[in-house]
Amino acid sequence: MYPVNYHRAASVAEAVNLLASEDAKALSGGMTLIPAMKTRLAAPSDLVDLGHIADLKGITVSGSEITIGAATTHAEVAGNAALKQAAPAVAHLASLIGDPHVRHKGTIGGSVANNDPAADYPAALLALGATIVTNKRSVAAEDFFTGLFETALEDAEIITSVSFTAPERAGYEKFRNPASRYAIVGVFVAKGADGVRVAVAGAGDEGVFRSSELESALSGSFTPDAVAGVKVPADNLMSDMHASAEYRASLITVMAKRAVARANS
Amino acid sequence: MSDVSMTVNGKRVSAAVEDRTLLVHFLRENLGLTGTHVGCDTSQCGACVVHVDGKAVKSCTMIAAQASGSTIVTIEGLAEGADLHPVQAAFKQHHGLQCGFCTPGMIMAATDMIARHPEGLDEATVRHELEGNICRCTGYHNIVKAILAASETMSKGAAKAA
Amino acid sequence: MGIEGIGARVARKEDKRFITGAGRYVDDMVVPGMKHAAFVRSPHAHAEITSIDVSAAQEMPGVYGVLTGKQLKADGIGNIICGWMIHSKDGSPMKMGAWSPLAVDRVRYVGDAVVIVVADTKGQARDAAEKVEISYKELPAVIDASKAMDAGAPQIHPEAENNLIFDWDLGNADETAAAFSQAAHVVKLDIINNRLVPNAMEPRAALGHYDKAEDHYTCWTTSQNPHVARLVMSAFYNVAPENKLRVIAPDVGGGFGSKIYIYPEEIVCLWASKKTGVPVKWVADRTESFLTDAHGRDHHTHAEMAFDKDHKILGLKVETKANLGAYMSLFSSATPTYLYATLLSGQYNIPAIHANVKAIYTNTAPVDAYRGAGRPEATFVMERMLEVAARQLGVSPVDLRRKNFVTVFPHQTPVIMCYDAGDYAASLDAALKASDYAGFPQRKEAAAREGKLRGIGLSCYIEACGIAPSAAVGSLGAGVGLWESAEVRVNAVGTIEVLTGSHSHGQGHETTFAQLVNERFGVPLDSVSIVHGDTDKVQMGMGTYGSRSGAVGMSAIVKALDKVEAKAKKIAAHLLEADEGDIVIENGTLKVAGTDKNVPWFQMALAAYTAHNLPGGMEPGLKETAFYDPSNFTFPAGCYVCEVEIDPDTGVTKIVQFVAADDFGNIINPMIVEGQVHGGIAQGVGQALLEGAFYDDTGQLLTASYMDYTMPRASDLPSFQLSTSNTPCPGNPLGMKGCGEAGAIGSPPAVINAITDALGHENLTMPATPQKVWAAARAAGR
Repeated sequence: MYPVNYHRAASVAEAVNLLASEDAKALSGGMTLIPAMKTRLAAPSDLVDLGHIADLKGITVSGSEITIGAATTHAEVAGNAALKQAAPAVAHLASLIGDPHVRHKGTIGGSVANNDPAADYPAALLALGATIVTNKRSVAAEDFFTGLFETALEDAEIITSVSFTAPERAGYEKFRNPASRYAIVGVFVAKGADGVRVAVAGAGDEGVFRSSELESALSGSFTPDAVAGVKVPADNLMSDMHASAEYRASLITVMAKRAVARANS
Repeated sequence: MSDVSMTVNGKRVSAAVEDRTLLVHFLRENLGLTGTHVGCDTSQCGACVVHVDGKAVKSCTMIAAQASGSTIVTIEGLAEGADLHPVQAAFKQHHGLQCGFCTPGMIMAATDMIARHPEGLDEATVRHELEGNICRCTGYHNIVKAILAASETMSKGAAKAA
Repeated sequence: MGIEGIGARVARKEDKRFITGAGRYVDDMVVPGMKHAAFVRSPHAHAEITSIDVSAAQEMPGVYGVLTGKQLKADGIGNIICGWMIHSKDGSPMKMGAWSPLAVDRVRYVGDAVVIVVADTKGQARDAAEKVEISYKELPAVIDASKAMDAGAPQIHPEAENNLIFDWDLGNADETAAAFSQAAHVVKLDIINNRLVPNAMEPRAALGHYDKAEDHYTCWTTSQNPHVARLVMSAFYNVAPENKLRVIAPDVGGGFGSKIYIYPEEIVCLWASKKTGVPVKWVADRTESFLTDAHGRDHHTHAEMAFDKDHKILGLKVETKANLGAYMSLFSSATPTYLYATLLSGQYNIPAIHANVKAIYTNTAPVDAYRGAGRPEATFVMERMLEVAARQLGVSPVDLRRKNFVTVFPHQTPVIMCYDAGDYAASLDAALKASDYAGFPQRKEAAAREGKLRGIGLSCYIEACGIAPSAAVGSLGAGVGLWESAEVRVNAVGTIEVLTGSHSHGQGHETTFAQLVNERFGVPLDSVSIVHGDTDKVQMGMGTYGSRSGAVGMSAIVKALDKVEAKAKKIAAHLLEADEGDIVIENGTLKVAGTDKNVPWFQMALAAYTAHNLPGGMEPGLKETAFYDPSNFTFPAGCYVCEVEIDPDTGVTKIVQFVAADDFGNIINPMIVEGQVHGGIAQGVGQALLEGAFYDDTGQLLTASYMDYTMPRASDLPSFQLSTSNTPCPGNPLGMKGCGEAGAIGSPPAVINAITDALGHENLTMPATPQKVWAAARAAGR
């Protein structure tokens, strides 16, 4: 790790001030940022720790409206009783992230802000039509995830929470990279008031995306059989040593089928 | 430099460290608690697992300053006096270790796992929960056995206490 | 057996320190004034070094020294050697290129060490390492051994024309050709044995300390054989004479072969300690380990087996290209020759065998012995061949094996080995029964109804362990003898220290070796200490690898115990005024047989040291040394059955059961033996399903961290069903064969045989990743 200056922010306002310096970076759970710094692939001048800001933590479920504070850990999301009731697919997704130790530290805000193409949460937020709330504004998930590791966040802008309406039914299934255990393909299916939305993580060469093929198949009938025969085009999918685009395309259909089965169970 | 202070294995400790110091290095180099190990660079092997404020975390993926103010338990602080913790005893009894390098992380992960599953554990759950800990010697067979046995012992102990 | 003696499931003595965090590994060592090293390594697979400028690095904060290969050479430090001479079939010696611990004018693989930086902290050393300016002129690189001998391929070492290190033959080509001419059936197979990274969980580390006052060096290192390290560093690398060099291998976090070898880093840390005047510690990070630990396997093989009309094997032809990487590591030449081709008879009667092995340089990390070392490669050839042959001949793979088993011992194979004892049918029967092999068709049908593909595969392995008779290996080219030493010290109050040249890095010697002493003298385990891993404490030893610590290391202890017992009985007979032939040792007491006259063990020991009343002419004290040189290899063997279920939608292979039936001869501690088998199977399953080291065409290692190299995790494996049978080894006093490598040797073909059975075709290379299995299932129309 290169030398760095550590700052612990007590409030969002303080964090925003501290992030004003050019190469400063916000540190939430650190599960991606710290490994990148250790291997000297990331070299921020300053780290602004958001982990001690009380305002950023917690889950509120009010009727079907759900808000998750940005500094809420994956373990907290996975284990929250009210959330498990209102949107079990989101809690299930959180329970599949990394490993138990990573889930104790990693946060939803960190994951969303980083927008790793192999991360899970972006698929959920996109499929749920969630809103990402920052210290400055609210952004629809649709407009938030702009590319590989790219988001609509501006300099010194901090995610404070994400919110969404609980879907009627939803499910998430992922196929892990056998080595890293990140998603090679993760499919989140959600059936809500506005219809069916399907988002895919891990596979797109521009990051998380919605699959129109799967959405139209499921709009008619929200059943595993409805997607079983859908062929997802491999054109814009990633290809690497662990999974070719063709294999990913096939896995998207398989995971979608299983996610629908889970949603309906 | 950062001034960090925390409670480690029941003792208050403070030091001034370079901001880039990882928690694992603070424990090993500043405090001489070398039971916590470093086995990889990518937060996957779990040899470095300790408990921070009661939760198992990877001490190689946290800078020491982040942990300032926290309460930490490492492998050295798990046993109460001369009595082994039930998980330590089970690892010994069931030959859940060979070279011993992954063992501290395994044991710290296992105690956390058992605490999070008061309802008890089965083999599939244990194997799934060991996602973040890699062992090269045992093939996990006896680690799984040891954790299941310790879980059993501890739930009996808890039932007795209640 | 007693409760702590031979055969008892004693919990390990060494566990206490490991489960409480009190283990002492090299990275835990602190020496006053100690500084930290970082190595600057080649980013290129093949390049000329045109200049090195260390001036900016030297000005960085905390830096004590920035040292280069030129300085190393100027101080007379030697090149790294390979310790086993192989001659090609034309009689010419192997072509070994120079391997300087720090590269001087050329780098040959990504990770080749070029410069060492010593600084106050590891962070500062790395900061400074980035400031070392090295100019390279890149050269074309060759990665694939099957292309390295092509005309026009890059030449890696001037000594080895066409990158060919040796072209070696074993067996009889004419007899084999004659056997094939009689064949009713010939089965052909092309096999790739995938390159692996050993991945001991403790990364390699070294701490070099030069003591100016004594002109003496100490090296703490992650070694399986500290005495061999001292010998080689003294005799060949010119670091220091043996009496001025102490090598300590304290607790070592796994080895699996990768910590046998003497690597550049320990040599350079010792030298740098003298050069900079401070103790120098280096600890590899995981990516450094991936890049520079000796890799394993990497064979390309074509094999053909001839059968007569009754399906008896007539002959075997094997041609193998072995990729040895950029430099010849310590035992790299022995692994694909005498540890490989000599096992190509498997468990079978094969009248004629001919093997040809070409060892080849490439611009990749050096390749050497990794758990099993040559024997997994041989077993994979044999057991894939037998399974494929059965499928092609339309017969049961069980019957085909059984029909060809060696059943009479001793059995001389056409490839050097003489099998001393075994009962291969017993292991096969045990494995078939435990796996309910007969019930497999019903299980396959049930799985099919769920849309899953089930398969079952066998592997009947044999290995040669207990390496090895010194004269035999000497005649085959080994640079050292492979005996072992032991010293047994009985203290004045009867407690015992056993000093051994074997080294424990997970194997549990502190317990099993003590069990042997308990069995002999009835002394409690707590009164027996096993001392190892320090050249200042143990006079000499050859270390732990090749499943030799039991069969060879413990045999040496037996010899020393014999001498102690003889002297103890003499003392007791004198004290009891009895004939020494009448003295027996029972439960820690020396007795006159058939009487109640006795002297407790501690009293006898005290008498040896007070020396007030010893037999005339007897020297005081009770300490004996022995060296044991085995008379033959040992031959552990067994049968493994793997059953898999494949999800054709994802290609995920689940191992639904894994059965191992092994014959290890006599066993000291069944619990520890089972642990060795569990770990071996996990590594073998890892090779078959998950693991593979892959370079891109330019020589960059694509699998250089756990993000890309798949380590077996708990959820990848089932619990294993084990059993043992026992034909004691006639060649050593304890009848032991060794158990450390069997799991890794026997399991890969069982897994691949099961998957290919499920898929219905043979076209699948290791590792059988989900992607590959998915594609193979689709190709098979599943």
